[in-house]
Amino acid sequence: MDNAFGQPQNVVVLGGSSDIARAITKKLCAARAHTVVLAGRNQELLDVAAAEAQEYGATKTDTVVFDANDASNAKRAVSEAFEKVGDPVDLVVVAIGLLGDQLAMEDDADAVTSMVMVNFAWPVVALAEVRRRLVAQGSGRILVISSVAAVRVRRSMYLYSGTKAGLDRLCDGLADSLEGTGVSLQLLRPGVVRSRMTQHQNEKVPFTTGVNEVAENVMRGLASGERVIWSPPALRYVFAVLRHLPRPLWRKVMDNDNR
Amino acid sequence: MTRATFYGWGRTTPSVATLANPDSELAVAEQLATGAPLIARGLGRSYGDAAQLSGGLVVSNLALDDIGTIDEHGVLSVGAGVSIDQILHASIPQGWFVPVTPGTRQVTIGGAIAADVHGKNHHRDGTFSQHVLEMRLVTPSGTFRVSPTSDEALFWASAGGMGLTGVITSATIQMARIETDKVLVDTERFANLDGVMAAMKERDHEYKYSVAWVDCMTRGAHMGRAILTRANHATASDLDQVTLKAPKPAKLFVPFDAPSGLLNPLSVRAFNELWFRSAPKLQENEAQELPTFFHPLDGVRDWNRLYGKRGFVQYQFCVPDDAHETIVAAIARLSSSGVASFLAVLKRFGPANPGPLSFPLPGWTLALDLPVGPHALPGVLDDLDALVLEAKGRVYFAKDSRLAPEKVRAMYPRLGEFLEVKNRVDPHHQMTSDLARRLQLVGK
Repeated sequence: MDNAFGQPQNVVVLGGSSDIARAITKKLCAARAHTVVLAGRNQELLDVAAAEAQEYGATKTDTVVFDANDASNAKRAVSEAFEKVGDPVDLVVVAIGLLGDQLAMEDDADAVTSMVMVNFAWPVVALAEVRRRLVAQGSGRILVISSVAAVRVRRSMYLYSGTKAGLDRLCDGLADSLEGTGVSLQLLRPGVVRSRMTQHQNEKVPFTTGVNEVAENVMRGLASGERVIWSPPALRYVFAVLRHLPRPLWRKVMDNDNR
Repeated sequence: MTRATFYGWGRTTPSVATLANPDSELAVAEQLATGAPLIARGLGRSYGDAAQLSGGLVVSNLALDDIGTIDEHGVLSVGAGVSIDQILHASIPQGWFVPVTPGTRQVTIGGAIAADVHGKNHHRDGTFSQHVLEMRLVTPSGTFRVSPTSDEALFWASAGGMGLTGVITSATIQMARIETDKVLVDTERFANLDGVMAAMKERDHEYKYSVAWVDCMTRGAHMGRAILTRANHATASDLDQVTLKAPKPAKLFVPFDAPSGLLNPLSVRAFNELWFRSAPKLQENEAQELPTFFHPLDGVRDWNRLYGKRGFVQYQFCVPDDAHETIVAAIARLSSSGVASFLAVLKRFGPANPGPLSFPLPGWTLALDLPVGPHALPGVLDDLDALVLEAKGRVYFAKDSRLAPEKVRAMYPRLGEFLEVKNRVDPHHQMTSDLARRLQLVGK
């Protein structure tokens, strides 16, 4: 069960081998989490993450392998993860995402399909099954990892920002649909995070953080229950301004585009 | 049968379950016969998740509201859903008081037994269950009438058993005689913790009721400054005018959730300062109405909303008499961490009763209300758990919403004994709750 500080005991992580997910899992295990089921693409990476969870205090871990390029397997992956937990699930973390190389992908139908699948279609289908199971349970929380990039879509990464924006906006309505069910959904909107996913980005972006700082903000957000967790928290105010910038100015600031 | 969202009084962990309102013992048995996981619920004054069960069946006892007449020996039989408030309305005008009352009248008798509540007279009179002559209990393997002499093991497993042995449907209690509706209160102010603790140790036995309010926000030499109030019932000869009036319903209420953060270190410190300064340095024999002394917070309905949407936790622990240092260390830890604590309550406990899960141990108990919010709070409370455990003390289930399960067995070493009784009447562990799951008190 969840406790008063939003520290869950039974956790499912979809996309469990990503760097942000691993940092969050470690912190959850150091608090109260004892059963952790990690789902992801690569068995080896999942095993590493599971061993790490045990090191931080989990007593039972398991893994589920799936391919996020095919949304038709999302229901199965979620079901398998819940069944492996066995007890009521307190927290489901949805940490699926693909950053990709915008310029290389934007005219390539296959690459675009993949972006839509991984960043939007798969998580949305998975959330439908997560929602159904948690509502039947009468309790539980969902943490969906979105991005500050989803707040306003930018030219230089519109496939990533746009697909994340779709997920982000959809979750707003999904969260409202959960009122009164005992289940709640929170969105995490991190800024740029130093991780494997971003290692090829060479631009220096303000408000860049490490994964542990993100995980710390998640723990605080789970305790407070706020609908949107910003990491670092200051980005809430930065984006309150950025999202209303006139378009030419937005393009200049975000994409260094002077046209 | 409807789906409803349940919270504890601290409003921290909501969960949705099916609600049933049986109005007879038979109807309770029918609910158990469904085989669904089940927990009883009264007025929802447990602070955490004791009276909720996500996805299961929550059986309200409020329709079990029969209230008998008090016989000449003060013996009263009531349905488990009758509250102490309802009893006092009938009993005070007849010259009877409940043998034990917690800080609120808004608890049901079923809940009072299941949490084995205590009051300001624990050092003398023990817990509520120690004044229960018998009770009826519907379990998955049948309905039992139990008392301290008939199926003693089941009686004591249910006293403090947090509802996990079955649904209490009625109880017979021994009331206490009063001549007036007043208590004579002695109030004393102390500049620090050592002073108040010494005074309590020395002279608590002269009073039926004793409790100290401790300021956990002040550091340094005045750390743990306190106001000690002790009282005895006023007899007819103590007063010029003798009355026996029933308590009045609350006039004030909190109409909406206050913003989270209203109770922050700044505002709490200001409140504590005011509270401390408004207390007399020494005042003796002040006649106070029973509700003013016993149930001051009942004057404001829904006061838990003052803590805002995030809610609050109450942390209550007890430690043996020789672990005086643990109380000092706990207050030092809190005052140095800057987490706001409003109204810390310090009290001495008398001897423990035979209940394997009953909370009180002879010694000291400290209870703290803490708003959820400060980032340091979860860690501070985990540290306090370790201190308490080291002193062979324990944390109170009825207040808990955050203890780690691995600490429970050490704090309640007689859990195995409790489970033996539970396995007899509830072999499939149908009786469970969010608390029982979280603390792994029972299987599933």
